[in-house]
Amino acid sequence: MKLLFKLAAKNLIGAGMRTWLNVIVLSISFIVIIWHKGILDGWNIQARNDMINWETGGGQYWQKNYDPYDPFSLTEAHSNIPASFDSIVSKGEMAAILISQGTIYPAGRIQSILIKGINSDQKILKIPSSQFTGNNEEIPALIGRQMANDNGLKTGDLVTLRWRDVHGTFDATDMKITGIFETNVPTVDLGQVWVPLDRLQKMIGAPGEATIIVKKNIETEVPSTEGWKFKTKEDLLKSITDLIKIKSVGGIVLYIILLSLAMLAIFDTQVLSIFRRQKEIGTYIALGMTRGQVVGLFTIEGALNSVLAGLLAALYGIPFLAFQSKTGISIAGAGKEYGLALADKIFPAYSFGLVATTIILIMITTTIVSYLPSRRIAKMKPTEALRGKLQ
Amino acid sequence: MENTTLISIEGLRKDFPTSGGRFTALNGIDLKIGKAEFTGIVGPSGSGKTTLLNIIGSLDSPSEGRVMVLGQSISDLNVKQAALLRRSKLGFIFQSYNLLPVYTVFENVEFPLLLLKLDDSHRRKMVMDTLDWLGLTDKAKSKPAQLSGGECQRVAVARAMVKRPEIVLADEPTANLDAANSHNILKTMVRLNNEFQTTFIFATHDDKVISYLKRKISLIDGKVLKDEITNN
Repeated sequence: MKLLFKLAAKNLIGAGMRTWLNVIVLSISFIVIIWHKGILDGWNIQARNDMINWETGGGQYWQKNYDPYDPFSLTEAHSNIPASFDSIVSKGEMAAILISQGTIYPAGRIQSILIKGINSDQKILKIPSSQFTGNNEEIPALIGRQMANDNGLKTGDLVTLRWRDVHGTFDATDMKITGIFETNVPTVDLGQVWVPLDRLQKMIGAPGEATIIVKKNIETEVPSTEGWKFKTKEDLLKSITDLIKIKSVGGIVLYIILLSLAMLAIFDTQVLSIFRRQKEIGTYIALGMTRGQVVGLFTIEGALNSVLAGLLAALYGIPFLAFQSKTGISIAGAGKEYGLALADKIFPAYSFGLVATTIILIMITTTIVSYLPSRRIAKMKPTEALRGKLQ
Repeated sequence: MENTTLISIEGLRKDFPTSGGRFTALNGIDLKIGKAEFTGIVGPSGSGKTTLLNIIGSLDSPSEGRVMVLGQSISDLNVKQAALLRRSKLGFIFQSYNLLPVYTVFENVEFPLLLLKLDDSHRRKMVMDTLDWLGLTDKAKSKPAQLSGGECQRVAVARAMVKRPEIVLADEPTANLDAANSHNILKTMVRLNNEFQTTFIFATHDDKVISYLKRKISLIDGKVLKDEITNN
């Protein structure tokens, strides 16, 4: 086997331009597949981290009536924070959020919003709740950058806020924008106004109540509580996980096209090689190689294309991929309108698993593609191969 | 002719299927070839010389009859056993040299030894000795494309001889060479035959080769017409 590798490497290098063309095409496939998959993985990691840091935490308890897709459920979707959570909340390992519907009137326009109350001293989510400052007259409010831009709001602006309490009575007052935060998670930004929890509880007449309770992102026991259902982190991240899965499947089409091009080149080269090198094949057999060894030699020759391609890809690919993972790829917030957690820049993430899987996949494919035409050698008559007769 | 019989052929017949039926390339061949012979199978094109050489070389098998080479029946060998026989006991020299183009002269000559899995130092010594013997030491690092026809054929001889085979089969070895190179190569082969007691069997219709033969087997239409010992 060692001999076959040695001979195959020699033949492959000796083939010159033919080899290098294949190797270049194959190395591009290597890089594009790793790069594309790296972007998806990077996006996945960033999006999940952002979602965890800004919204889901380590999982959430939902009040039994809460349905995020049904705004009408909000009037019923609040109840007292379970007493069993008191100590956990006071330790800072849980944060309660109360959600209510409301309306704001920025610059004379009307905008339906969700009012979300959160404790000002919570550290579980990255919502900058410490910025709930000011006097008791106006309600201090935080909004996201996108919300601010959409409504032309800036820090210090006063906006009229109208809401309905638990008895169905409308009330309104001014809220003051005390902070605008930058986030990649549109579901905490678009159409959302964050206010202190105790103020919102007072406003809607639901003291001590919450709609959801966010758990810190640590491995702790999840006590079950009547009237509340627990949603794991994975449940809450399902939409982004599913989306990335779909994107990955789309990526596979790209990989197949790229690999097919590279494999077609190798297949072609193998067929041509076997046709052109009949005399050489005959000579190998005359000198004492078995047909199996010659088939092995040609298969290894083809498969070694992927090894050379891997080396070439490493040569220019590692600096390129490293550069990309440092500088990131600008996406310009295209996904925010669709509610996707998409940063302005995605930093590709290349794991050992990704690189290893890609290398193994390409090597196996190349070996199979190299073997298929090489099987023909086994059917060749050595006497005719020696004469270079077309078979 | 020496006493030890290396090749024994009895009632050999070889047919090839053709579009019009069957073509008989060899018919009723009976031969014995002994150790250290310098024998030629001579005859015009299509007389069956190469076919006979291929069967002796276990590259082809008989349709009928019995061919024993170094005590092994060619018909009974499977492909692996045939490869092993060629690898260890037989050397081939071809009309168009059949050197491996991407290898250097050294590597071409080394190739049969690689198949025999000899160790590095042993291999190197055998290759260098053979190259020295054939006056090719200074060409060791050259590629076949950089050599003349005569030099290429000397490399082919070196490749055939490096493992010290029992039998060397040479198919029209001088067909692509000019007269001077032909004589040069033939003298080298005679020297090898004398020195190493290697059996040489040629398939040829070249008078230059014929003039060096010690035994001439004339083949016409697949049959032995004459089998004679020459004065060489």
